[in-house]
Amino acid sequence: MISARNVSVRLDSRAILDDVSLDVAPGEVLALVGPNGAGKSTLLSVLSGDRKPDSGTVTIDGRDIGGIRHAELARLRAVLTQENTVSFPFRVSEVVAMGRSPWSRTRDSRDDVAVVNDALAVTDVAHLSERRFTTLSGGEKARVSLARVLAQHTPVVFLDEPTAALDLRHQEEVMRVARSMAADGRAVVVVLHDLSLAGAYSDRLALVAHGTLDAIGTPSEVLTAERVERVYGLAVDLHDVGGHPVVVPRR
Amino acid sequence: MVAARSVNTTLRGLTLTLTLAALLLGGIVASAVLGQLPVSPAEVGGSLLRSLGIQNAWAPTDSIVESTLWVVRFPRIAMAMVVGAALAVAGAVMQAIFGNPLAEPGVVGVSSGAALGAAIAIVVGVAALGDSAIALFAFVGGLLATLLVYFVSRANGRTEVVTLLLTGIAVNAFAGAGLAFLLFVADSGSREQIVFWQLGSLNGSRWSEVLIVALVTAIGLVAAVVLARPFDLLALGERNARHLGVNVERLRIVSIVIVALLTGVAVAFVGIIAFVGLVVPHAMRMAIGPAHRPLIIASAVGGAVLLVLSDLLARSVVPGGDLPIGLLTSLIGGPFFFYLLFRQRRQSGGWA
Repeated sequence: MISARNVSVRLDSRAILDDVSLDVAPGEVLALVGPNGAGKSTLLSVLSGDRKPDSGTVTIDGRDIGGIRHAELARLRAVLTQENTVSFPFRVSEVVAMGRSPWSRTRDSRDDVAVVNDALAVTDVAHLSERRFTTLSGGEKARVSLARVLAQHTPVVFLDEPTAALDLRHQEEVMRVARSMAADGRAVVVVLHDLSLAGAYSDRLALVAHGTLDAIGTPSEVLTAERVERVYGLAVDLHDVGGHPVVVPRR
Repeated sequence: MVAARSVNTTLRGLTLTLTLAALLLGGIVASAVLGQLPVSPAEVGGSLLRSLGIQNAWAPTDSIVESTLWVVRFPRIAMAMVVGAALAVAGAVMQAIFGNPLAEPGVVGVSSGAALGAAIAIVVGVAALGDSAIALFAFVGGLLATLLVYFVSRANGRTEVVTLLLTGIAVNAFAGAGLAFLLFVADSGSREQIVFWQLGSLNGSRWSEVLIVALVTAIGLVAAVVLARPFDLLALGERNARHLGVNVERLRIVSIVIVALLTGVAVAFVGIIAFVGLVVPHAMRMAIGPAHRPLIIASAVGGAVLLVLSDLLARSVVPGGDLPIGLLTSLIGGPFFFYLLFRQRRQSGGWA
């Protein structure tokens, strides 16, 4: 579905991404993990078509992502960014309904109300729908923004640290939403910092370090104590809980 | 839950529409009736009906009354309406693309840029070519000022209040210096015209001028309403708007041209009338919420109401005198701006 080939991004002659190749398939959750400044967000912005790579190609369904018009691209992929502020006091239901705008004047717009209500329910923000977005807490804003991305209803979904502002329960719920989107046959790419969360909910895990793909594979293949220690510079213990790797720093 | 809200929204919209319609009608009638030559409301109605080809008993028989209405008062009222609508819509569009509710053509210097353009036209003598020449120069001045403010004051797709206001100070200072220089070199006739521009007045509006402003305002209003949905999405930030299919770069350029057109044409004929673009969209947003399609339409009507009422005040508060209308709107707008600044600072805990 999404295919990156030999992608490189340079900033002032420093390589942010260096020759990265990656495929994302429908129905899978791919987690991007790695230390701060490794290039995860840059990789995400290249894959989502926000940023044109200096070399290499990104294709979506075999088409060059840079050649697709804004409006059409918005029906192919949705992006949850880290920054979710709204300039004017729109209501939560209005903000989520904005996710439907790429579908206006298409046949899918008939389902707008149902899709919006469904997104509000799944992300546990239905009780906030009449509130002004600007009055919400950080975690509530993050969930409403996720609802907006959900309402966009695209075959590919990018989530940039969707759990950053969330409490334990909502972290799990957001990842469950990501899983259920994959179960619908959509491709989900999610940037995460919590390796255990990534290990529990992703089908595949891509470990980004120094602008390159250090490893990619199932969570148990990628998350070895030796590799995590080398990439993060921190001694860790790995435990197996119900078949999922759990990473605990050695304290 | 979505259905329940839309009933409430419709009700608020209806209330606002009725209120604005009543205020506008009242303002128009009062403006036509009051003045040095008293005219009865019946005569106003009769004269309007007769102009539509309906003969009636109320129409004034005195030709002085008739010409007072059609040569002096009606064009002035019409000018107040179209200029008010133009400035309020320009403000709403500006706030949308700056992602900042404090953006306003007067505050950030678009109006003074336009005034500088108009003043250059007068002093250089291009104004002799006709009204549209001044309008063109005002538009170019306003466009340059908007572009300058836009590209200087934005960082990462947003505009911080401090940066915006500081940029406005710089642009206003520069345009002020330019105007002062033109005042210095101009002959006394041009000088009077320029002073008039700085204060703003609807005195002496002519139908030919009203027509130009009305035409440009109509174009700007339609364009702004067409772009209402992208403006909504822009409230999510530039990146998010782009992810939702908005061509942000194109939207930006088109919006800047709309703002410059609306402000430029208003300033060209009535001078700088500040704060209309700030006060009106704000009041409308409080009444019906931030969704741009209803907001822009309501702002157009609200701006018309505000200027008709302000102009009525401007020419009746001092007996026999005609206060500059820009003075009055600033008198209301200044404290209101203070209040907004105070509130925004308290809410965000800083100037961001």
